[in-house]
Amino acid sequence: MKEYIRKYFILRRHNFKVAVKKAKRSKMCYAFLAPYAILFTLFYILPVVTSIFFSFTYYNILESPRFIGLQNYVNLLLQDDIFLIGVKNTFLIAVITGPLGYMMSFLFAWLINELPRWIRTIAVVIFYAPSIAGNLFMIFSIFFRGDAYGYINALLMDLGIIDAPILWLINPQYMLPICMVVILWMSLGTGFLSFVAGLQGVDRAQYEAGYMDGVRNRWQELWYITLPNMKPMLMFGAVMTITQSFGVCDVTMNLCGYPSTDYAARTVVTHLFDYGFSRFEMGYASAIATMLFLVMILCNKAIQSLLRRVGT
Amino acid sequence: MSREKRETSTKQHIMLKIKRRQPNRSRAVDFLIYLFLFLMAAMMAFPLVFAISSALKPLDELFRFPPKLFAQNPTMDNFQDLFVTMGKSWVPFSRYILNTVFITVAGTVGHLIIASMGAFVLSKYDFPGGKTFFRIVVVALMFSGYVTAIPNYLILNSLGWIDTYMAIIIPAFAAPMGLFLMKQFMEGLPMSLIEAAKIDGANEWRVFTRIVMPNVKPAWLTLTILSVQSLWNNGATTFIYSEEKKTLVFALQQIQSGGIARTGQAAAVAVIMMVVPVATFILSESQVLETMASSGLKD
Repeated sequence: MKEYIRKYFILRRHNFKVAVKKAKRSKMCYAFLAPYAILFTLFYILPVVTSIFFSFTYYNILESPRFIGLQNYVNLLLQDDIFLIGVKNTFLIAVITGPLGYMMSFLFAWLINELPRWIRTIAVVIFYAPSIAGNLFMIFSIFFRGDAYGYINALLMDLGIIDAPILWLINPQYMLPICMVVILWMSLGTGFLSFVAGLQGVDRAQYEAGYMDGVRNRWQELWYITLPNMKPMLMFGAVMTITQSFGVCDVTMNLCGYPSTDYAARTVVTHLFDYGFSRFEMGYASAIATMLFLVMILCNKAIQSLLRRVGT
Repeated sequence: MSREKRETSTKQHIMLKIKRRQPNRSRAVDFLIYLFLFLMAAMMAFPLVFAISSALKPLDELFRFPPKLFAQNPTMDNFQDLFVTMGKSWVPFSRYILNTVFITVAGTVGHLIIASMGAFVLSKYDFPGGKTFFRIVVVALMFSGYVTAIPNYLILNSLGWIDTYMAIIIPAFAAPMGLFLMKQFMEGLPMSLIEAAKIDGANEWRVFTRIVMPNVKPAWLTLTILSVQSLWNNGATTFIYSEEKKTLVFALQQIQSGGIARTGQAAAVAVIMMVVPVATFILSESQVLETMASSGLKD
């Protein structure tokens, strides 16, 4: 046993020496990477670390941070009812719009794949445009305006379904479904582009081989040939979708107001902004950010291990 | 002459495609799929079309019920009103435009250079720490910018960059998406190309600027598009307080929130804000898709 440990350490030392020598020889690589690496550390790694650190403190920018242990987390989970509303809304939005948006992205990419080239080009623009159109989603606030001039209200009243205008964006009952519709409308983003491009890159010869081996219909073709080939893109698309659906705040804040009636459209990120930039309780806000971070990473890992089984 | 030739050749190409129809496709299902796609496309495009046509509607048509999808007497009144409102603002409007253009250009150029330099060595050389670093960048793709918003504020504050353009521009340099896409695309470059240049006596910097960069044109176009999209739509509300340093999007949103009296102007604003990202995408679509083909995440 002693011998074994001694050998292990010799091996480790040897490996380390090799690495140092290699590092010395590839100074040029570090020089090229340095600018990006420094900025990336400063604005992506360091923030996560400081966020975890501040989440254990009481910090309001004016006084220096005071260590209070797990108090922030205890308060968040046991006393902050509004946070729990936010968690509930975020999960509802993520669970419904995430998978639906992901499947929509793949479905549309797959269906337009066999269209002639010029139609495909136009279709990609139409499907992708909503996600990059800035705050064009504000047009929905005209459709769903609360008075009788709002188109949806006017239409429903004309048809005799309702007799008084509904306050779509002020009544808590309707806020979340409307936000979900808008989010779904905007959900064909970078992941969709990745799917479109990936489908174009699948080798034709594999399909021909599949026909020989008895692939009979579209669905078999999809499951046995297309999906296994698309696995890397599926992973990428999943990462994009998860990140987006847990970070919902733009749509809810702009459509339903900030704060919204009864906090019915509050999400985790809205809560984070409230405590971080309105009340300047940085410690508390950091605790929210840390939890959001952990949930996003865990969810990503879970989905990735799920996607690995596709097509097998 | 040459154009005619090209047209006939594409016609032949289409003929070939029709002949090579896959064996397991039925026309009925194809038709249903196309119908479904057409309906979905119409639904997706409806808000966009509606916004554009409301921007062109005169006042009496904006509130007419039932609303017409297309303006009966299209006018540019809303855009003119918008310019009048803009002219009355406290900070001259050209200042907002200048701010946005400056932030967008500076952020994009810096991001492009720094991310491609990093991506070049990460994809083409094997050095200790390189793989680990890339894995961390991929993890950074998995959480959105909101998680880091608060600590970023503290960091920018201690650097003294709050309320300067730097607060927007410098963090944009390090966007992980750019490095990720660039690195994946550069993996496709043959190593022999680089070695040949080295044998001819080029140093690393020359290889990078003369060999690698010209060969990854689709990728740097894509990075430009993504960076322009995010910077153009950046309201710069959290890190910048001074009115004269705010961006176009912020100013336009102020006009947009003017209530019912500004419905037409608000639609005009939305259209103006949409035009830049969508137009850049349309112009570079084929290049973007070429880059996205290598975007997959392998384990």
